[in-house]
Amino acid sequence: MDMAVSDQMRAGNQGEGFSAIPSDARPLAIEARGLVKSFDGTRAVDGVDISVPEGAIYGILGPNGAGKTTTLRMLLGIIDPDEGVRRVFGHDRPHDIGRLIGYLPEERGLYPAMKCIEAIAFMGALRGLPLKEGRARAVELLERHGLTHAADRQIRQLSKGMAQTVQLLGTLVHKPRLVVLDEPFSGLDAINQGKLEQMIRALADDGVTVIFSTHVIHHAERLCEGVAIIAGGKVPYAGSVEAARDRIPAQVRLETRAREGGWLSFLPPETRRNGDFFHFPLPESGIEPLLKGLIEGEAGILSLSIERAGLHDAFVAIAGEAAARQLQADNEGDRA
Amino acid sequence: MSEFLRPRLSAMEAAWVIARRDFVAVLFSRAFLFFLLGPLFPVIVGGLAGSIGGEVQRDAVSVEVGLAMSPADNAAMTAAAGRLTDQLGPALPLLRPVPEAEGDSAFDAREFMEARRGNYAAIVTGTLAAPKLVGTEGQIARWQGPVGLVAGHAMEAEPTAFPGVATEAVATSAASERSTRVQTAQIAQMLLFLLTMLLAGMVLSNLVEEKANKIIEILAAAIPMDAVFMGKLFAMLAVSFVGIAVWGLAAFGLWSLGGDAITQVTGFDPARLPAPAVGWPLFVALGIIYFAMAYLLLGALFLTIGSMATSVREVQTLSMPVTMLQLMVFFLAAYTIKQPGSALEMAAIAFPLSSPFAMLARAAMEPELWTHALAIAWQAGAVLLLVKGGSLLFRKRVMKSGGAGREKVKKGLRANA
Repeated sequence: MDMAVSDQMRAGNQGEGFSAIPSDARPLAIEARGLVKSFDGTRAVDGVDISVPEGAIYGILGPNGAGKTTTLRMLLGIIDPDEGVRRVFGHDRPHDIGRLIGYLPEERGLYPAMKCIEAIAFMGALRGLPLKEGRARAVELLERHGLTHAADRQIRQLSKGMAQTVQLLGTLVHKPRLVVLDEPFSGLDAINQGKLEQMIRALADDGVTVIFSTHVIHHAERLCEGVAIIAGGKVPYAGSVEAARDRIPAQVRLETRAREGGWLSFLPPETRRNGDFFHFPLPESGIEPLLKGLIEGEAGILSLSIERAGLHDAFVAIAGEAAARQLQADNEGDRA
Repeated sequence: MSEFLRPRLSAMEAAWVIARRDFVAVLFSRAFLFFLLGPLFPVIVGGLAGSIGGEVQRDAVSVEVGLAMSPADNAAMTAAAGRLTDQLGPALPLLRPVPEAEGDSAFDAREFMEARRGNYAAIVTGTLAAPKLVGTEGQIARWQGPVGLVAGHAMEAEPTAFPGVATEAVATSAASERSTRVQTAQIAQMLLFLLTMLLAGMVLSNLVEEKANKIIEILAAAIPMDAVFMGKLFAMLAVSFVGIAVWGLAAFGLWSLGGDAITQVTGFDPARLPAPAVGWPLFVALGIIYFAMAYLLLGALFLTIGSMATSVREVQTLSMPVTMLQLMVFFLAAYTIKQPGSALEMAAIAFPLSSPFAMLARAAMEPELWTHALAIAWQAGAVLLLVKGGSLLFRKRVMKSGGAGREKVKKGLRANA
């Protein structure tokens, strides 16, 4: 990256109306404050705040219709917010640094009559890459992803999965510093989802910032350093995945030989019984007093495990049961 | 990242990327081939019919050159033309003695032509050794050589030299010139209207492909929407020029093959078309510029309207009001031809969509050039305004949200209702 852009990026991060650089001192690739967007009187996005450090893999997690796409479109300058500010590498107008950004929209699309190699080069040309250079890189990328045989095929002749891969390569052909993927896993089979995860990790290893939206918690949990949980156009949580999980206490899973006894009084009031197992949050006083009570009360411990809360639990706790149920329904819809 | 690349494309570069893709895609599509051939069918059929009619009625072709020489010279000229016709065919005019000149030693060919008596393209007076051709500049240029050739052969069977043909151009009065220029203005306007009507319609469905193929969001994310609009407009303009070039060449070919017959059938002879006030070269140049402006103005409007459509069917539904709009604009401009300087003509010039039509007619009628510079600047400004407005509307109305978000908005609206 040239110095001027780099300097501007850093200058932008400390601009008026923005918070300080996060504690890890990395400059921010994306920073948005109070983004609001309404369509026909309905608020699609209602005061979104997001900070994405450079080089991070960042997920925007929420059910369909939560405002993920609208948020991404505002961040990319496709549409302007009604209120709030957004900065990408310190720039208020993302088009001014279009060369640094790669974007894969939710609704995939390519010109059906175009050859793969031309489609990739064209997408590069849109970002300022000369066509000749774009074609050369397209050949490399297709080769690297085992699609050399498809280079001269028209898009309409490809399978859906191949066409999606070609579009993703077109998103990356100009070697962007920020890659924005809207529901990238949608429509991919398990194998291709795995390949995409690898590709995202490889991009991050190269220092590229990746931000993607998803309604599949596992992808965000496996890949992301930070997430923004979005529901009903609002972001109730934005931060690291670890901090999200830490928001709710670890869960204790206990199996005992005895069914009744005085030891039951040592279990916290939130305890749920599921067959032979008891589930309850780890008490604030720690596990030791509980263990002592169980042993003295002759509960007959068969097994006891402490499980850290997952992102799903965090999502339920943060976004609420309704949003979690919708997320689940979206996932099932995808699988169907 | 390649270090040689700048952070973004300029608006012109971005428009160029779009224009290049669209131009190639449209030009090499089957649809364009059919589009090109479409208007040629009636022309070809008309041409063939005219050619056949011309063959049948060869004797009656109106390209007649009158003979107002002595009876002996008239006869010699007619006989020589008859001998040469077998070899040269349509390159020679039909020579007919002018009955009014027979026995009239005071016959004035110039006065006769200016009075528009008879149906002669030109009249030959003088003698075989010194013939003189009287006619309009266009007809003199066309028949001076053939008349000398015929006169040479009339003097001797195998001439070694041909007599020089003196000429006398028929002048018209300023008033009659102005009135005849109306014809040039009307034809130019009609041609401009037909071309924009045929070609600008292509723009209507231009963004539907991007929307149907979901590419529009990739374009909108990478470059400003007005650059997308501008690129598409200029691509279609370039495609239009290709279309015009093909049609022009085809028309030229047809004219070369059967121009006389076409003149006979249609009564239209471009050689007799009055010269426009600004002269032919400048008039043609202005015609090209005004076509481009008319195309860009209508195209920007159509692109905006078409971009709101979600399917080809919707585009077809939109076509009718759009065609009506084109017709109204044309009628407004056409109506003002005979009212130079009137408030209505000024309104037609000021209204961007009719301005190119009105100004092209003005180029045929009035010699001033500064008005054209002003009008072209105004029209170019209007193109930019329309493109900007169209792209803003597109971003506001079309790029709303993802599929689920759209559903949410609909639900919200229903809830609010």
